[in-house]
Amino acid sequence: MNSYQKRSKTELAQRVAQDIFDGAYVNLGIGQPTLVANHLPAGREVVLHSENGILGMGPAPAPGQEDYDLTNAGKQPVTLLPGGSFFHHADSFAMMRGGHLDICVLGAFQVSATGDLANWSTGEPGAIPAVGGAMDLAVGAKSTWVMMDLLSKTGECKVVQECSYPLTGLACVKRIYTDLCTLECTPHGLRLIDTVAGLSHAELQGIVGLPIEL
Amino acid sequence: MINKIADSVAQALAGVQDGATVLIGGFGTSGNPIELIDGLIAHGARDLTVVNNNAGNGDAGLAALLKSGQVRKIICSFPRQADSWVFDDLYRSGKIELELVPQGNLAERMRAAGAGVGAFFCPTGYGTELAKGKETREINGRRYVLEYPIHGDVALVKAERGDRWGNLSYRMSARNFGPVCAMAAKYTVATVHELVELGEMDPEAVVTPGIFVSRVVKVPRVATQAGGIRE
Repeated sequence: MNSYQKRSKTELAQRVAQDIFDGAYVNLGIGQPTLVANHLPAGREVVLHSENGILGMGPAPAPGQEDYDLTNAGKQPVTLLPGGSFFHHADSFAMMRGGHLDICVLGAFQVSATGDLANWSTGEPGAIPAVGGAMDLAVGAKSTWVMMDLLSKTGECKVVQECSYPLTGLACVKRIYTDLCTLECTPHGLRLIDTVAGLSHAELQGIVGLPIEL
Repeated sequence: MINKIADSVAQALAGVQDGATVLIGGFGTSGNPIELIDGLIAHGARDLTVVNNNAGNGDAGLAALLKSGQVRKIICSFPRQADSWVFDDLYRSGKIELELVPQGNLAERMRAAGAGVGAFFCPTGYGTELAKGKETREINGRRYVLEYPIHGDVALVKAERGDRWGNLSYRMSARNFGPVCAMAAKYTVATVHELVELGEMDPEAVVTPGIFVSRVVKVPRVATQAGGIRE
C-alpha cells in the first residue's frame, strides 16, 4: 500500500494553474493542458493564446451557441473574451517563436532530465506522422512546461535520461508537472520542486531512477 | 478599371494548370474554402501539390479532392485526424506523397514566399527528424535550421468580405492561413460572403490588401461544421 495519493487530473490542473502568474500570456496544448484554464486562481488575469489565431480565448460556448469560425487548436468551438483579438497564422507562430508567450503547457510521451521533449510521435512503423504546432510551441515560449502522468500506462517512467521516442525539441522543457511530483529540468539534470504528501525524495528517486537534486 | 470579381468559381479557376502547387487556407474545417475546392475537383486539374494545415476531414472538401486522385503530393503539418480516413488510405497505399512541416514553418515559409525572402533560419525542429539533412547554423548562441519558402501557383482562400479591388477581411479564427496563402501565390482566388462597393470596407480593417488577390467570388454562407456561421 502506498502512503501517498496521486494527484487526480483536476488536482494536477490546479497545481499547474497555481504557478501561472497574473498578466501571463499562455498557450495550453491540446488534451490535458486544456483543463488548466478551468482552474486559474480568481483575481489573476491570464490571456490565453490559441495557435490558430486567437488571443483572449474564452471557455466553450453554451450549447446551441457554437460557431465553427471560432475554434481552438483542437478544432472545438470556443468564445472570445472582451479585449481578445484575431490574427493570421504567421503572426500567431511569431508570437511563439519570437518569445512573446510567457508559458506554454504541453503533454508529453517523454521528457529527459535536461529538458529534451518527445511528444509528437511514438516512432511506430507504419504510423502516419503528424506534428502540428508541437515543435514550434516547444522552442518558442519563455517557459515550456510539461503536464503528464509520471508513469506510462505500462508503468515506465516518462522522465528519462535520454528520450527514446522521436524528439520534438532539445533542452526546451523547464518544468514537469506530474501526478506525483513537480520537477525542474536544468542543464545538469533534475531538481525537485515538490512531491505529493507522503512521497519521500528517496522514494521518488527510486521511481524515476535518476538523481533529483533538492 | 480594376474588377477582380469573377461571376463563378468555374470562371475564377479556369486557368489552373496540371502540376500546379495549390495553397489552400483553413484549419480543419474553419476557413476552408470548400466551394473553391469543389470547383477544383470539377475543373479536373491533375498532378497537383496541395499545401494545407491538414489533409482533409470526412469525405467533403479537401478529402474529396484527395479522393479524386488529382493530388500527387500534400505539404501539411497535421494529416492524421480522427476523420482523415481518405488521406490515411491513400498514404498507406503509397498513392500520395507527404511532406510533413511544423505548423509555424508552414505559415512562415508561405509568408517568406510572399515577402520575397530567399530562405530563413528558424529554431523550430532543430535536432529533430524533421530537420534531418537541412542546413543548420548557430547564431548568437542559438541553433537554427535553414527553411525555404513555399511558393504557390494558385491560392484558394475563404474570406468574409471583399470588394472589386480584392481587399479582404475575414471572420474570427477562420482567418488562420488565408492571408499568408494569399500573398504566397501567383494567382489567388478568394470567396467572400459579402461583396461591397469600393470604399465601404474600413481601410483600417482590411486584412489582405487587394494587391495579393486576383479574383473574388461571392458564395452563399454555409452552416456550421463546414466553417460558416450558424444561420
